[in-house]
Amino acid sequence: MRTIAIAKRVTKELLRDKRTLMLMFLAPILILFLMKLVFSVNATTDVKVATVNVSNSLVTQLDKTSHLTVLKYDNVSKATQAMSDKKVDAVIHSVDNDLYVNYSNIDASKTKATKSSLKMSILLNSLQQMQKNLQPLGQRIVQPKIHQKYHYGNADTNFFDKIVPILMGFFVFFFVFLISGMALLNERTSGTLNRLLATPVRRSEIVFGYMLSYGVLAILQTLLVVLFTVWMLKVEVAGSIFYVILINFVLALVALAFGILMSTFAKSEFQMMQFIPLIIVPQIFFSGIIPLDTMAKGVQAISYILPLKYAGDALSGVVMSGDGSGKILPEIGVLLLFLVVLTFLNIQGLKKYRKV
Amino acid sequence: MVDKVISMQGIVKKFGQQVVLKQIDFQIPQKRIIGLIGPSGAGKSTIIKIILGMEVADSGSTTIFDAQMPDRKLLGKIGYMAQSDALYEQLTGQENLQFYADMKTLKHSKQSIQHVASVVDLTKDLDKRVSGYSGGMKRRLSLAIAMLGNNDILILDEPTVGVDPALRKKIWAELKSLRDQGKTILVTTHVMDEAQLCDDVALLLDGQIIAYDDPVSLEKAYQVDSIEEVFLKAEELDNANYSNR
Repeated sequence: MRTIAIAKRVTKELLRDKRTLMLMFLAPILILFLMKLVFSVNATTDVKVATVNVSNSLVTQLDKTSHLTVLKYDNVSKATQAMSDKKVDAVIHSVDNDLYVNYSNIDASKTKATKSSLKMSILLNSLQQMQKNLQPLGQRIVQPKIHQKYHYGNADTNFFDKIVPILMGFFVFFFVFLISGMALLNERTSGTLNRLLATPVRRSEIVFGYMLSYGVLAILQTLLVVLFTVWMLKVEVAGSIFYVILINFVLALVALAFGILMSTFAKSEFQMMQFIPLIIVPQIFFSGIIPLDTMAKGVQAISYILPLKYAGDALSGVVMSGDGSGKILPEIGVLLLFLVVLTFLNIQGLKKYRKV
Repeated sequence: MVDKVISMQGIVKKFGQQVVLKQIDFQIPQKRIIGLIGPSGAGKSTIIKIILGMEVADSGSTTIFDAQMPDRKLLGKIGYMAQSDALYEQLTGQENLQFYADMKTLKHSKQSIQHVASVVDLTKDLDKRVSGYSGGMKRRLSLAIAMLGNNDILILDEPTVGVDPALRKKIWAELKSLRDQGKTILVTTHVMDEAQLCDDVALLLDGQIIAYDDPVSLEKAYQVDSIEEVFLKAEELDNANYSNR
């Protein structure tokens, strides 16, 4: 009974706070939209290469490579000057059949692209030479045709598609954490928490009341974010949208419990903001946006104590490879464990303000 | 029939090294308005917090209706008004009252809300949001919340700060009528002429109750003619005691 009254009151306060509502519902959409624009740009880099004294056949071959332009120079010093002027990204010059390559290396990805293009071109070049030599013998080298299929996604799947499920979880976590933490903090600093605790209300009823109202809000937020990503950003969800919402809902409750717990350690809104670099930013690093398997083992271990990692794994699984309930169950289980522990701590934590 | 509604015995409370209350013995009988006066920092709020069970004393015991505090269910019998207004600003006055009525699980919340609103003269403004209230209106709403329900005990921390004289008179009249219905009321105040309106006055100084009697007896005992002077004289004597030690 009291739980519902508290939930109703918290919801009413939220609905009347237009700025917070905008933050919860419009901000994630705006950021997702911007990220789509930023990360969906074709990831290939355009490289300009200067050649000095390089055989014509190789130059033609290099020039055929997409996203690579060849500029011929008469001597090395001119070419090097061009590189200093940032007109070219690499200088290739040939002495006695050997190739000397000088990379500008301002942009590591361009260096990499040049390296692989050069290797490819040399290979193709020698292959052509061989073919020429073989032709008189009436033999031909048959090159296989490549048939490509994508188990998940399609040829246009890019970085954005990979991070979008994690981002959805992140927004839910971040905004619920911040807003619920602030709400309880406000209740504490304005004295209403003390007054509330001077009534026969149970400590657990306060925590559950908050959970109820923010849970409903989180469902709405998730629905909006999911529908926006699916319909407007055309991100394909391989699995069931229901699971996406379920995971986000559980994550929101964890975020809420986390926010309430952290707010007990903050004396002001500013101190609450100080938790962002401590609590939120590490979660981004370990949420799966940056591949975890490339990290050192010890560092990977950190991720196991961060709820966003489990939500990120489960969400990626559902969105990218269509995981069903069986596969996401362990992750949801861990999130629920977080939730139970944090909720218990919160109910105990309120003892600070009333001893029974 | 319980005579002592609130009883504090041998209460000592420390915050870290600082001793806020030293050996408080404080009995509050039924059907009285008790004024708790003392300078700021004397420990008035701490006494209230211990009575409500928000703080636990380091030693001593507190009972309400012979039940040991802290006790959550007993809080349903207590109406509490804090020093700060502590209202939900985004909600209307009506919604604030309804919320606290729900917290106390009142049966006839509608009539109860109507009644307390009329006592503090807020009936017309109940549908406005609290954020649009004046300071005095907030104070009155806060008082109304404390009076919600049929509380046996009212604990009011500075109830009439920022309230105009006409309304203050009305509030005191209501407090007296509540007392006559058998309620027990504990009021803290800075306003000395309000202390005169109390049935009994407890003077709190340096974490000790240095005097506790009805105003007239106190004035006689200290040979002065107002509670304010009683207070000043008591403070003087206390200081003198200190320097004599």
